[in-house]
Amino acid sequence: MPHSTAAVDRDDIELQLLLQAIYLQFHYDFRSYAGASLKRRVMTAKERFGCATVSQLQDKVLHDPTVFPALLDLLTIQVSDMFRDPPYFLALRGLVLPVLRTYPSLKLWVAGCSSGEEAYSLAILLREEGLLDRAMIYATDINPNALRLAQEGVFDIAKLDGFAANHRGAGGTTPLSDHFTAAYGRAVFDQSLKDHIIFADHSLATDSVFAEVQLVSCRNVLIYFDRALQDRALGLFREALCRKGFLGLGSKESLRFSSHSDAFADLDAQRRIFQKAAD
Amino acid sequence: MGTATDTAAQAAMPDGRPVDAVVIGASAGGVEALLELLPVLRPGLSAPVLVVLHLPRNRPSLLTGLFAPRCALRVREAADNEPVRGGTIYFAPPDYHLLVDRGPRLALSDDDLVHFSRPSIDVLFESAADVYRQRLLGVVLTGASADGAAGLRAVRRRGGITFVQRPDTAYSPVMPASAASHCEPGHVLPLATIAQQLSALAPPTPPPGRREGS
Repeated sequence: MPHSTAAVDRDDIELQLLLQAIYLQFHYDFRSYAGASLKRRVMTAKERFGCATVSQLQDKVLHDPTVFPALLDLLTIQVSDMFRDPPYFLALRGLVLPVLRTYPSLKLWVAGCSSGEEAYSLAILLREEGLLDRAMIYATDINPNALRLAQEGVFDIAKLDGFAANHRGAGGTTPLSDHFTAAYGRAVFDQSLKDHIIFADHSLATDSVFAEVQLVSCRNVLIYFDRALQDRALGLFREALCRKGFLGLGSKESLRFSSHSDAFADLDAQRRIFQKAAD
Repeated sequence: MGTATDTAAQAAMPDGRPVDAVVIGASAGGVEALLELLPVLRPGLSAPVLVVLHLPRNRPSLLTGLFAPRCALRVREAADNEPVRGGTIYFAPPDYHLLVDRGPRLALSDDDLVHFSRPSIDVLFESAADVYRQRLLGVVLTGASADGAAGLRAVRRRGGITFVQRPDTAYSPVMPASAASHCEPGHVLPLATIAQQLSALAPPTPPPGRREGS
């Protein structure tokens, strides 16, 4: 039963070759993603495309132009909820927005926005607090399909009950239905929200900072990165944030194992909201 | 690949097979089963113990508070990117998959549910089998889920050690029954016997001067 004792598994060799091929051909860099999660996604993709091995998948990726966009979706698109983890938004409302209110204009960055739920949640929160008119939300992702979905801002009305419950948990002061138009089983977010969101292509692995912002919200993105790439991303956030700017992470993400941990102080440790140190 | 960070002797089976990590999966009835199993683990255990217990996804877990006072080993909720330390019991947090990555380090993900579960036993076992290979020990306990069978198969395929709770002694027999066909012969056992085997991985008295730091 015990077999290969080689230093590197064949699966891992094939995985590294695939990531290298993707980088060289398409300039998407997955080589610093957390190995175990990425491997699981690649193995799922391998089956989805009917390939016996990762090498076969690599062959398809390089020679069939329809395959890479679909693979990119499998590797990156993360279905989320509106106001996911309501206590996070409640803490933003109570602790962060009162400070943001003191700025004449606001720039916020949702990094790794996927299909846009977090950006729209933030826009609704800002509107309820009377801050949307002076705010611009940059919502970035590496996947063009995700950005297109986010820009459309359409969601399945069947998800509405869950979203509304989350919204209430986040201290919502308006009915969620004030913010979208429903028809034919689908709902579309209001143009007045979209006017304050810029969806843009940006890679935390390869791009640099593009604006100074008062809040970065990047939740459940860093867990997919290895330590070096986590550090790179946190370095970008540190650089993008203004003095005493705010950083929100996912409920199980921390700065504990990062080289940037000293640059931030806990604002609400439980809700993973941090504030950039003064210097 | 050794994970022992302190002076504890290498964990090993009675037949000498070394164990660098233990993974345990449980679902319905799992809290009671784990209360029988984890407190008997000896403080000198050099291996980490990684546990997935299916829980409601929308509530904070109370497991560390429940188990810490009853266990000789350190008990914590797994954090992303945390280096894996021997002599520590890690519980997967609710609504996240727990994986082992190279290092070895812990990793979390919020990928899709597997067998309607997040955390999933298969996800933990398969990733741990990749890292620890034949030096991994996997245990599937009570549950009413199909989760765990593929994970245990992955452990076995790598040459790891496998245990399954004997289904007719489990609170819910479904999960151990579906995992049993992937278990090594003679290792489908009542919980008390599995507890004895895991306890015997470490010497009966803790070695002197076990460090708490680093």
